[in-house]
Order: sequence, then structure tokens, then C-alpha cells
Amino acid sequence: METILLFAPLVGSLICGFGHKFIGERAAMFVSTGLLFLSAILSWVIFMTFHGDTEVITLFRWVESGTLSSDWAIRVDRLTAIMLVVINTVSAVVHLYSWGYMDKDPQWKENESYKPRFFAYLSFFTFAMLMLVTSDNLLQMFFGWEGVGVASYLLIGFYYRKPSAGAAAMKAFIVNRVGDFGFALGIFGLFYLSDSINFSEVLDPHNAKELSHQTLHFLNWDMNALEVITMLLFIGAMGKSAQLFLHTWLPDAMEGPTPVSALIHAATMVTAGVFMVCRLSPLLEYAEFTPNFIIFIGATTAFFAATVGLVQNDIKRVIAYSTCSQLGYMFVAAGVGAYGVAMFHLFTHAFFKAMLFLGAGSVINAMHHEQDMRNYGNLRKKIPFTFAAMMIGTLAITGVGIPAVLFSMGDTPIGFAGFVSKDAIIESAFAGGEGVARYAFYMLVIAAAMTSFYSWRLIFMTFYGVERGDHHTHEHAHESPLTMLIPLAILAVGAVFAGMVWHGDFFGHHYQEWFGTAIYENHETNHVIHDAHGVNAWVQVSPFIAMVLGFLLAYVMYIWKPTAPAAMAKQQRGLYAFLLNKWYFDELYDLIFVRPTKALGTFLWKKGDGKIIDGTINGLAMGIVPWLTRLAGRAQSGYVYHYAFAIFIGLVAIITWFAIGGSAH
Amino acid sequence: MITLEHYLAVAAVLFTIGIFGIFVNRKNVIIILMSIELMLLAVNINFVAFSTHLHDLVGQIFTLFVLTVAAAEAAIGLAILVCFFRNRGTIAVEDVNVMKG
Repeated sequence: METILLFAPLVGSLICGFGHKFIGERAAMFVSTGLLFLSAILSWVIFMTFHGDTEVITLFRWVESGTLSSDWAIRVDRLTAIMLVVINTVSAVVHLYSWGYMDKDPQWKENESYKPRFFAYLSFFTFAMLMLVTSDNLLQMFFGWEGVGVASYLLIGFYYRKPSAGAAAMKAFIVNRVGDFGFALGIFGLFYLSDSINFSEVLDPHNAKELSHQTLHFLNWDMNALEVITMLLFIGAMGKSAQLFLHTWLPDAMEGPTPVSALIHAATMVTAGVFMVCRLSPLLEYAEFTPNFIIFIGATTAFFAATVGLVQNDIKRVIAYSTCSQLGYMFVAAGVGAYGVAMFHLFTHAFFKAMLFLGAGSVINAMHHEQDMRNYGNLRKKIPFTFAAMMIGTLAITGVGIPAVLFSMGDTPIGFAGFVSKDAIIESAFAGGEGVARYAFYMLVIAAAMTSFYSWRLIFMTFYGVERGDHHTHEHAHESPLTMLIPLAILAVGAVFAGMVWHGDFFGHHYQEWFGTAIYENHETNHVIHDAHGVNAWVQVSPFIAMVLGFLLAYVMYIWKPTAPAAMAKQQRGLYAFLLNKWYFDELYDLIFVRPTKALGTFLWKKGDGKIIDGTINGLAMGIVPWLTRLAGRAQSGYVYHYAFAIFIGLVAIITWFAIGGSAH
Repeated sequence: MITLEHYLAVAAVLFTIGIFGIFVNRKNVIIILMSIELMLLAVNINFVAFSTHLHDLVGQIFTLFVLTVAAAEAAIGLAILVCFFRNRGTIAVEDVNVMKG
């Protein structure tokens, strides 16, 4: 069953990508979508029937070289089961959604065939992502890791006629290289120190404990081996999950078609970093510095991305920054040691964020590919179903629910998916103790207020107020086809209920039995989840209060007094420009990295390649060789007696040589 | 008494004259042909001298071969020369530089 699940997307991708000329466009799309739905159903079966023990299905031996050996294997444990459900569910609905969204795309000419290519890429991405999460060793994980990178590159640059799409695709790929370099170094380090890259050995707590006592010596610099390795691996996670300093590619990745943003840049690929950190829980449990670093980066990213999200005008960019911010939440949870909670938020986030993206896609579709929210307004009557879906997504992401202090059903709090998982993260952060975890707690609460503000701002600007922008576009705004609405409905179910239904499993008192051996907690030092259940009432209600504040502020600024935002932007011009330009990260990187690299490249091109290499060859071919030929030409006088003389001199020379050398004995 | 050395000295002198006949002469191609003949004769003298000295008849037989070849060569050389004269109208060595690079 696992094998079918894993390879169905690959088969779908190959048939769709290479076979669409033989079986036709519709059939190809049907095959890939159908196989994805098969995978999705199978993953739900696995998820529901999973009993808790890790199961490894070895397909075949991949690499065997010295002591290095790794298999192609399918490792099924609770973490994998969760990821399977997330990936395949979102992927299946995104496939379905793309039938409607990609239909008659204005980017392409009338009879150009682009849809099979799109579906093939989507299926290929799904396969690579499944490879990543089912891997049993770091090498296979790296394969999946790079596979999703390639798929992401192809899909961001899907509209390859647009220069901005090509640039965004390259940016995503190159920024990810930085993280992947860290990841690769981490794998090398792990193999160097523990002589294996298989999870069964590497993730053994004894191994982790041993590593924490070793030191690595590098350039006159002694470092704790475990800290270095976990740090390097986390840098890989930072790149893939768009954390601060390596986040710049994610907003630009919105150049891709909207279904891609929903699948790759919201629900699955960007959460690979969180998955990896949870997978490496035994290593992190024994490290000291790295978890604090993870908390710091996660909390700062959550705050940073939320501030930028406040002022963006492109509907997809708002959601992209929101994704970035939510990933920060997950990393905070993983950093404080509440891996289950991180996975919980990953799980719920996948539903509501994919839905927000698909809803945004539906709005964009209705508005004839207009993405600027300043040209929206008052759309709720025209596209009521999309409005309802976006509303549910917003209620979920802002964390609407009844605080458990006031009312709960047994142990289960009542609220939308995001409410349950986000509160769990904030409580865990508080329970993480003093220091950086406390910093994270405050950052996350502030970010929760901002999340609420920008999410409601999006709703108010899009669906309420007055119609802005092109009058003609507004008149022709229409509800999306059924293929786009069914996915929204499916995801809406998840966005509403995923939190409440699985709260007990991910975060309840018996979460350890539920996760089994998939995550490891060092019981001597890690009591986070236990403590998180006993935090003060004010901690429990603080995200709720933050959410209400954010909502009220958004209501005041965009419904009650629509002139307020412009006035505020004018008054706080510097701050507004700072946020609108995303803290000037792109400009800074341009100055520090891009321009020097370009200058170096130009220098090597013009001077190194042009002057030295080409100059040498040209000088040789056009200067020295003709000179030699002229010399040789002059020797050819044409007079026979000159030649005869040369023969004679040569003869004399040879005879003299033999006579004096005396070789004739 | 005429010894082997005397024969060899005559042959060497003839050979050197032949060589100089080729190099120094700038006027006439026929002189080059004659110089070649001279060099061949010098070689023949060497053959015959060594043949007598070593009591081996093979040298003298080989001389006859060389004479035959020399006659044939002279005939072909003169024939080429006639053709050349017909084409170019001159046989001055100075003007024969078609192969100039």
C-alpha cells in the first residue's frame, strides 16, 4: 500500500508529462489527478489505521561504498503518516483546483499545450515530497529535498515568458542552495562522526548523547560536535522553510500560478524544514545552543513576516508573508521541545493556508488576474462561495475560538483549527522557561495580533467597502467553476475541525503514545508539554486578546474609517516605507551579495576570460603562429640548390654526429 | 705505387667538385646535371677501388648498375629540361623558383 501511494504520483507525472501527446490532454490530466486522489485516500487509510510502531519497507540498496550504505526505503511512523496526509490531501485538491484555474490561462496562446506540463510538474513535486518524508536515511531525504527544490523552480518559473517569473525561480533556487549547503555539510558531519546516515543509528539517543561529548576541531576552533551538526542541519531547514535571512525567495515565489503557491509555498514544501527538525528531535534534545537559536530565529521570523504582511497590497504576498510567519511559530514550538505541537500547527496550517491561497486564486480568477487588493472591494455578493471559504480560512488563521479557560469540551478546546494549534504553540513557548523562550512568547503574541490585523485587512479590502479599480472588471466578476469550489469545501472541513478532532492526539496527555518512537523527548530536561498544560490563565487568553485587538483595529481602519490607513501611512512615512520594502532585506542582499558577485563575475568574464584566456589563445593563433609560418615560408626559396644544400648540410651533420659520437661500434 | 688512399682522394675531390657545381652554379641547369654525373662517377671510383682492395667483385658489378641508372637519369633529366624550356623559355637556374613559399 505504501509503495503504491509513493509511486502513484511519479507514474502520474510520467504519463502526464510524456504521454499527453498520445492519450490527449484531458486524459493525461485525468490520470495524474486520479492517481493523486488514490494516493490521498491511501494516506488517510494509513493515517487512521496507524498503530504507532515504526515500520520500514526496504525497496532496494541504493549506495554502498565503504561503511556508507543507504537504502531506498519507506519509513512509516507517526511523523510520516501526518506528512502523507498533509501532502497528498493538499496535492489532490490542488490538482483538482488546477482544472479550473489553469483553464484558458491568458499567459498562453490559444492552442498552446501547457496544462499537461503543469500537472506533470505538480505530480513530480508530490513524488519528491513523499520521498523526502518517507526517507529512512539522510541521503534519500536529501534527494527528496533537492527534488522538491527542482519542482519548485520549475513551477515558480512556469510562466517562463515573464522575466519576473524566471528571476523569481532562480532566486528561489539560489537562496535554497545556501541552506542546502548547510544541510549537506550536516550530513557529511554526521557521517564523519557517527559513521552512518541511517536514521536507525543516527537518531539513536545514545548516539546523540555521545556526539554531545565530542568536539570538532576546525581552523583552530573547537566546537561541540552536536551543536555544529544540528546547526548546519537547521540552516538547511531555514532555507527550505524561508526563515529570517533566507526568507527572501518566498514572497517572490508568488510569481508562480496560485495553485502552486497553495501546494508548495504554503502547505508542503516550506514545512519540510519543520518536519526535518522534528525528525531530528533526538539530536536536538541533547543540544543546548541550537534549540535556542531555532526559537530565536522562529520567533523573530514570526514577528518580522507579520509586520511586513501588514502593509503589502498584493493579495498573494500578504498570504506569503503570513506563511513565513506561521512557519516561525512552528519552529518556536520545535525549538522549545514541543515537537508534537509543531507538527500539530503544520497539520492545521496546511488546511487553512492552502484554502486561503486557493481562495485568493478564486478571487484572482474572478477579477481577471488582478492581484492588487487596492483594486478589489465589495466582492462578497458577487463571489459568495469564495467569500465564505476565505472567511473560514481567516477565522482559522487568526485563531478564533473560545479560550479553554472559559469553556471547553472535556480536554478539547472549542475553536477553529488555527486557534487550537496556535494556542498550543504559544502556551508551549511560555512553558519553555525564561530567556529566549520568553522572548519568543511575547513575539508570538504580538505576531498573533498582527496576523489577525492583516488577515482581516485582506478580507475587508477584498470583500467589503466600495468597489475600486477598473469598473469593467468588477462588473464581470464571476464565481469560479465547480472544480475550484470543491477543493475549497474539502479544505474548509479541515480548517474548521482539524484542530478540535486531533487536539488530544497531538497535544493531549497521551500524545507520547500517539507519536510512539517518531519523536524523542529527553525526560530529564524536557517537560514542556506537561508544563504547557498548566500555564496561567492570562497566558492562555493572551493570544485570544491579541486576536480580538487585531480584528478591532482592522475593522476600525478599513470599515469604519477607510481614510485612516492612508493618513497613517503619510504620518509614519519612514516606518511605512520600511515595512513596505520588507525591511530592505532585498536591497541589503543586493548590496552585500548580489552586486559584489556580479562585479566579480563581470571582472572574471571581461578580464579573466576575455583578456587572459581569449587573449592568450588569440595572441598565439594570430600573433605567434603567423610569425612562425612567415619564417618557414621564407625558408622555401624555391631554388632547388637551396634545398640540395640543406640536404647536404644535414647529411654532414648526421655523419659528423655518428663519427664523433662513435655509435657505430 | 698508387694505393687505395690515392683513389679515394681523387673520388673525394671529384665529389666535392660535383657538389660545388650544384651550389655555386647559378646559370645553367645542364651544369647541375653534369655535376650530378660527376658525383656519381666519384662514387663509382670508390666502388671500384674498394672492390679491388677487398677482392670482392660485387663492387664492380654494382658500378655497372650505377652507370646504367646514371645514363637513364641523364636521359630523363634532359627530357624534363626540354619540356621545361618549352614551357618557360629559359633554363637559367635563377628563374626556376616556382616552389617559392
